[in-house]
Amino acid sequence: MKFSYYPGCSLERNARSYHQSTMAIAEPLGLEFDEVEDWNCCGATEYFAINKIPAYALVSRNLALAAGQNGSRELVAPCSACYINLKKTDHALAESPELRSKIDQALEAGDLAYQPGSLNVQHLLETIVKEVGYEAVEEQVTKPLYNLRVAPYYGCMVPRPSAMESFDDPEHPMSMDKLFETLGAIVVDFPLKAQCCGGHMTQISEETALEMIRRLLKNADDYGADMIATVCPMCQLNMDAYQDAVNQHFGTDYNIPVVYFTQLIGLAFGISPKELGFGSELISADAALAKVTEEPPKEKRRRRVKKNAGLPMPVMPEEG
Amino acid sequence: MSEHKEHNHPQEKVGVYVCHCGSNIAGTINCGEVSEWAKDNPHVEVSRDYEFMCASTGQELIEKDIQEKGLTRVVVASCSPHMHEKTFREATERGGLNPFLFEMANIREHGSWATNDKKAATQKAKALVNAAIDRVVHHQPLEKIPVEINPSTMVVGGGIAGITAALDLADAGHHVYLVEREGTIGGHMAQIDKTFPTLDCSACILTPKMVEAGQHDNITLLSYSEVEQVDGYIGNFQVKVRKKARCVVEEDCTSCGICEEKCPVQVIDEGYGAGLGHRKAIYRAFPQAVPGYPVLDKENCIYFQTGKCRACEKFCPTHAIDFDQEDEILNVDVGNIILATGYELFDARKIPQYGYGRLENVFSSLEFERMINASGPTGGHVVLRDGKTEPESVAIIHCVGSRDKNYNEYCSKVCCMYSLKFAHLVHEHIPGAEVYNYYIDMRTPGKGYEEFYNRLLKEGTHFVRGKVASISEADYLPGEEGKLIIQSENTLLGKQQRKPVDMVILSAGMDPQPDAEEIGQLFKAGCGNDGFFSERHPKLAPVATMTDGIFIAGACQGPKDIPESVAQGGAAASAVAKLIGQGTVMMEPIRASVREEECSGCRICNTMCPYNAIEFDEEKEVSRVITALCQGCGTCVAACPSGVIDGAHFTNTQVLSEINGILWDVQTEHEKATA
Repeated sequence: MKFSYYPGCSLERNARSYHQSTMAIAEPLGLEFDEVEDWNCCGATEYFAINKIPAYALVSRNLALAAGQNGSRELVAPCSACYINLKKTDHALAESPELRSKIDQALEAGDLAYQPGSLNVQHLLETIVKEVGYEAVEEQVTKPLYNLRVAPYYGCMVPRPSAMESFDDPEHPMSMDKLFETLGAIVVDFPLKAQCCGGHMTQISEETALEMIRRLLKNADDYGADMIATVCPMCQLNMDAYQDAVNQHFGTDYNIPVVYFTQLIGLAFGISPKELGFGSELISADAALAKVTEEPPKEKRRRRVKKNAGLPMPVMPEEG
Repeated sequence: MSEHKEHNHPQEKVGVYVCHCGSNIAGTINCGEVSEWAKDNPHVEVSRDYEFMCASTGQELIEKDIQEKGLTRVVVASCSPHMHEKTFREATERGGLNPFLFEMANIREHGSWATNDKKAATQKAKALVNAAIDRVVHHQPLEKIPVEINPSTMVVGGGIAGITAALDLADAGHHVYLVEREGTIGGHMAQIDKTFPTLDCSACILTPKMVEAGQHDNITLLSYSEVEQVDGYIGNFQVKVRKKARCVVEEDCTSCGICEEKCPVQVIDEGYGAGLGHRKAIYRAFPQAVPGYPVLDKENCIYFQTGKCRACEKFCPTHAIDFDQEDEILNVDVGNIILATGYELFDARKIPQYGYGRLENVFSSLEFERMINASGPTGGHVVLRDGKTEPESVAIIHCVGSRDKNYNEYCSKVCCMYSLKFAHLVHEHIPGAEVYNYYIDMRTPGKGYEEFYNRLLKEGTHFVRGKVASISEADYLPGEEGKLIIQSENTLLGKQQRKPVDMVILSAGMDPQPDAEEIGQLFKAGCGNDGFFSERHPKLAPVATMTDGIFIAGACQGPKDIPESVAQGGAAASAVAKLIGQGTVMMEPIRASVREEECSGCRICNTMCPYNAIEFDEEKEVSRVITALCQGCGTCVAACPSGVIDGAHFTNTQVLSEINGILWDVQTEHEKATA
């Protein structure tokens, strides 16, 4: 399967391990990535709040380049902000002819053009669970992540692409949960999995940002997670780089590594941690990864109904 | 009359009447213009417009014109035939013509109500009137077919609506087959502890009715049974019922309960027990079950799974256990059928952020009903999932799955009231407990309902107006540890708020039965967009369906509380009793007939007929329609390769003339070319 690939700025710097691990798992997953040539920054979250038209123009240039490259109709972005901006822009151009005429002018100055709807923007998580599928992932697993307790963190953007339809439940996404189960890991219930990490709030009000990050770390810790796995460079940076600050500010002692979901896929595929960019995280994942065992955890026996054992839980439907 | 003869230019005198319907039609359509224009049609003898054609004065116009002007055909342009076709057919008949020499043009629902464009609506009205005129000149006089009504009735569903309908009919002296899918009748009402707003005991008012239905001489109770096939038509339905094997010989069983006691298997009771309690593999849903014989659940029975055990058989004092019992097929003839198949509770797992099935102390409303029931698994004590701890604070979430475009757009109507009831019962069981009701709007229309709400306000329940965003154990503020945290909006304060509580009850709404669509197809009762059965008219025919002889009652038609369900059960019974009292009904003579002299005997129609209403005459080698069985669907008319089957009132000439009439202002390609 061939996909156009838009890495975004973060993946060239702080989130290099995200890029490395994505490239490392591409082949076993049967994915062929064709990077958009001469791409530019997507404007992140701020530019849209300051001046919409240039912000849309900035993103449209990337769409135009990707569409002009004749690679694939499918455009994949691993970064949540890039994904939202690309998808949002394509949608806004289709919805508003007024906006479109302005953007057309801007693109024309650079000899570019973009027809809305000619690309299908996907987040990398969507590509892996929808296009590749859990079964194909499972087939590649050689070193299951037995006994590793993972908190899947989706962040606020990926499950909620605004006016557009989401590939997962916006309030309680499950796609990454299922993915990690496929890899053999123990997925902990993580109620805050679709809450905001604070984004760039660290630059505006550090105190607010630290409280938001603390909530996430506490929640993952409460459920006994060995690590948090994320789909977004911003989320990774906030929870990883600010974990010390949180500990200092609140007197806590969290020590939870935050990694990219692609790194865990790579590990389960038997790829070396180094090739997957492990080691670049500030809170080392080594101790957590040492918990992985070769034997699967023992399955709990179905308990017989005992007297005074409390009331039964609602019976969950069989997974179809 | 053959099709060829119909093609002769009929010299008919048509009367056209364009109705204003007050301003309903005349507000958009220029009725005077339409009636003047109609005069140009060569068949038209007289054309008038009138304020209300359905009024007696309007009908008299038709009668008078038939008599004085010698009309031979009548066209009324007004509302839908569902409303007044019968009215005008009768007026036509009183004037001295066969009632089928009438045709109706629907210029209200298909015209004035569909648009505000006066010019377009008037133009369309002309087309519809012209079509009716061109059609009616080809109409044939027809005679209605009398049909006798079998006085037996089938009621499908043994909840409170079905029980009421069955008892009303049985008390009036008519035989009723009451068919219930489960092992006992009683339905959802049997699961409930107290009923709002009077707080009287649900079982105390229901069980006498159940017993009465079980013992009534005029009621044949078919429990643990399902309808598989329905043939026939009003007055003469043939129903095939599968009586599932319960592995208990009813004649021998004394309902002593020893089998239940001795059965070593305990499983979660997902039916009557709403998943909160347990039952055995051979069980009665509850001690007052009607009928009292237990049902053996083969999937969980050790004997059926492993071939060993047979404890129930061993201990049964009357040897009533029969492991080899097989399903029985019963063929039942009835005149009318009442569907009272009820509802299913909305599955709160569809809203994952509310944590049902994931968070221990989140309960569904039916679970809570079982919990507060004195005969339920906790003996009526309000406790957490551990079975012993009393909650100090309880949140009751209204509108779970209702009034939400992601799930059901409609209001489930009963949840506000039962949520209030829950709040009251929590206060009663645990004095001093804090109760929070999260509501979007408080909806309490009903006798004594608003008064009950006022009572709750005085009892100290906290009412929070706002939709709940999530329920989780993700604590991060002081005082939240170990609690369920309700994240919600408070629209009265204009703020987001978090509230830690011990227990959450989800007031789930009412869903149609998951197989309502299939049941509907079986009985030819349609479902609306919401999935509930559709009534014939939302105001004037709430328990009838579009199929004669099929009625609906209770929550299968839409969310309803007990009083409303009982009222509908009674209404459906009285509608059926009316037909039984009439003895015969006249059926539309819209039937197919084969022109035998032209039939090639290919028998294609025999296989196509969905009602098995076509027989083959081996001697003459022709097909023949059995008029009594024919439903006038038209399948054979379309299928006949020789075109020798006529559908009365829908002949090719009639339909083609109508189409020609409607296209009066459309030029054909040929006409355009030669113009």
